[in-house]
Amino acid sequence: MSLKIHQDHSRFKEIVRGKIKANLKKYVQKGEMIGKRGKDLISIPVPFIDVPHFKYGHKEQGGVGQGDGEIGQQLAPGAVQPGSGRQAGQGEGEHALEVDVSLDELAQILGEELQLPNIEHRGRERILTQKIKYTGINTTGPESLRHFKRTYKRALRRQIAMGAYDPAVPVVIPMREDRRYRSYKLQNVPETNAVIIYMMDVSGSMGDEQKEIVRIESFWLDTWLRHQYKGIECRYIIHDAVAREVDRETFFHTRESGGTMISSAYKLCREIIKSDYPSGTWNIYPFHFSDGDNWSADDTRNCVEMLRADVLPVVNQFAYGQVESPYGSGQFIKDLRETVGEMDNVALSEISDKDAIYQSIRDFLGRGK
Amino acid sequence: MSPKSLNPRLQALKTEIEGYAKEFGLDFFETVFEVLSYDELNMVAAYGGFPNRYPHWRWGMDYERLSKGYEYGLSKIYELVINNDPCYAYLLESNAEVDQKLVMAHVYGHCDFFKNNFFFAHTNRKMMDEMANHATRVRRWVDKIGVEKVEDFIDRSLSLENLIDYHSPYIRRNPDPRRAEEESKSNERVEGFKVTREYMRGFVNPKEFLEQQRRKVEEEKQKAKKLPERPQRDVLLFLLEHSPLEPWEFDILALLREEAYYFAPQGQTKIMNEGWASYWHSTMMTKRALKDQEIIDYADHHSGTMGTRPGAINPYKLGLELFRDIEDRWDRGRFGKEWDECDDLRARRAWDRKLGQGREKIFEVRKHYNDVTFIDTFLTPEFALDQKLFVYGYNEKRNSWEIVDREFRKVKNKLLLQLTNFGQPIIEVVDGNYENRGELLLAHKHDGQDLKSDYARDTLKNVQTIWRRPVNLITKFEGKGLMLRYDGQNHSEKKVEL
Repeated sequence: MSLKIHQDHSRFKEIVRGKIKANLKKYVQKGEMIGKRGKDLISIPVPFIDVPHFKYGHKEQGGVGQGDGEIGQQLAPGAVQPGSGRQAGQGEGEHALEVDVSLDELAQILGEELQLPNIEHRGRERILTQKIKYTGINTTGPESLRHFKRTYKRALRRQIAMGAYDPAVPVVIPMREDRRYRSYKLQNVPETNAVIIYMMDVSGSMGDEQKEIVRIESFWLDTWLRHQYKGIECRYIIHDAVAREVDRETFFHTRESGGTMISSAYKLCREIIKSDYPSGTWNIYPFHFSDGDNWSADDTRNCVEMLRADVLPVVNQFAYGQVESPYGSGQFIKDLRETVGEMDNVALSEISDKDAIYQSIRDFLGRGK
Repeated sequence: MSPKSLNPRLQALKTEIEGYAKEFGLDFFETVFEVLSYDELNMVAAYGGFPNRYPHWRWGMDYERLSKGYEYGLSKIYELVINNDPCYAYLLESNAEVDQKLVMAHVYGHCDFFKNNFFFAHTNRKMMDEMANHATRVRRWVDKIGVEKVEDFIDRSLSLENLIDYHSPYIRRNPDPRRAEEESKSNERVEGFKVTREYMRGFVNPKEFLEQQRRKVEEEKQKAKKLPERPQRDVLLFLLEHSPLEPWEFDILALLREEAYYFAPQGQTKIMNEGWASYWHSTMMTKRALKDQEIIDYADHHSGTMGTRPGAINPYKLGLELFRDIEDRWDRGRFGKEWDECDDLRARRAWDRKLGQGREKIFEVRKHYNDVTFIDTFLTPEFALDQKLFVYGYNEKRNSWEIVDREFRKVKNKLLLQLTNFGQPIIEVVDGNYENRGELLLAHKHDGQDLKSDYARDTLKNVQTIWRRPVNLITKFEGKGLMLRYDGQNHSEKKVEL
């Protein structure tokens, strides 16, 4: 059925996508993309256009809340919604249901939002597990799988048919023939293996803001790839002039300083792939984030060679995200574009600020590799 | 849209609930319920409760939010009712019976409030028709002028939508023009003091003195000629009356202003209105309408509505609790001089004069108060403590929101500040002929909080496109007076002394 509002709705969507009314584009806000991580709770991104009003700076305003807590206690992220104070209310009451969204659902939503294609798995699918799936109902089976409701219904139906059921004394006694059991099948669950290798430049020029961008972006990449592959592995490499492998926590919170030799990271990445992930059975996703400021042109040449010879042939997709920083020259992405940009398993993306993450995710995952 | 008339079952429920509402003394307009499917309901909700609005993308924006929320199971519209005679309210087709009852009971609370609360007294009770007329008018202009132009103009006007004078329907701001004329006439002749002996005239009223008097009168007249005579909060009205608008622009701006005034009281009484409706749904449901087997579902939904988040006030919860508190206090006589002056905690706790005036009092409150006066009058320290109210603020160092204070005075002040003028800055037109060059001068009445400066600049730009001549805004940033200016091409600013 077509509703009147669909016209307004599609117009709104076109504005959000930037197709019409470019003057409003700058008021489009995407809301919070990352919500609570603990317990997998996340808020759904809903774009909205905030037409400018005379209003107070949100952060100056503060407000009144309700609940437990000591003075000085932080409110959970997302508890305070940015907004223009109270809008002139309209007679509408909304009832928040507070449903938890699992990471898997979240990935689906992400996929729908960004229109991401499913990834084509490479390599032989290895059979890892057999899974029990309840597929139907049987007349025989172990008592532990007895389907109470169905059994009861059969019995009731039989008794009514026989005229033995008396509503005044609603006693239903199932016989052997009434019993129904859940039946199951063993299913072979094919599983593919995948590994994500995150590499990040932690040289002095990568500030907190840049790292925040990497953190948000890798969260979404992670979510999507986990949705596509069961049992994914992650490896983390940080580098300045030298590279080392670290755990997740360190990866996102280290601040090193010093120069940048990107080749060091690629070298380590190459070694990890060689020793731990023989190609053919593994889907490999290296992601590299940097501000694009490499030490020397020689080193860049070195990187490109390594990519060409050893990395690109064995990975599903090599992705490089360049985070804009006030210090970096941003040269590296240009070099990559010239040399390996044409390869179809290379994805390059420039991320200028938080708002660009959206587009960048699409750049990286949009090809279904 | 095809509103389905109520099926016999719902009709019976309606009769039942309406009976309870009347029994409890609620007084409402005839109420019409319509049953809608979820996407129809989302549409009507996006339209602000009306089945027909002028074409604009922001309805689409709200629709997107509502339908996404519904589809992902995050939220669901719970009740929707519009202030009209008859009152229209909508029921979601797929709701269970207990929900329909709950919604009906809630709706009767709202209808009673719409009809009786003072702040709704001036609203157009035929708004349903008026909105449809507005839609037609805008559509006609779209056909004539083109969708882009009209929509752009609406966008700009919406940016100024909150620049109305929320209190103007209740006060006469502009004096009677005839009286003003008489006054100005009487001022014209300057005679000086009365002189009984003609030869004394030069001494009693020397020339300089007369001259001075004349100048004074002249100045007064100048002041009177100033546009507006005194600062005017209804910026939209000022723009309507004095800017060089095309007929279609005038028409659209006027109807947007009318709609803003129609919705204003709902914003002014959000806490009371929702609290009142919640009070009645809970009273009617628990005292009359609920069947045994429905109690769990009812409790679940009721508590969902009453749920609080730390970062916001839930008007349903706050309003309901406050009405109950008032009822309790007036039942037990916990008010007045004696109560206020009693310091003995034990005596206070056991205080009960068995007055039983609670019901009567809350009916009186629902008639005469709005959110600001409601909170100001009835929020007590005990209540704030009981409801665990607190003030939160932004901690720049930790980059997060945190609880700042639980002290009653501060909580109350913050809450009142949030409610006054909807927590929006007060902007007034000071001069429509600033510097004698036809420029517009606006002033922000600074109350300790700075404006969001990028938004202020963009909004100023929108004012300029309507006013056509350069526009200026006096405000304060970080304690220093500042005048923002937009002349049609460039933004500029300069320091001013305040």
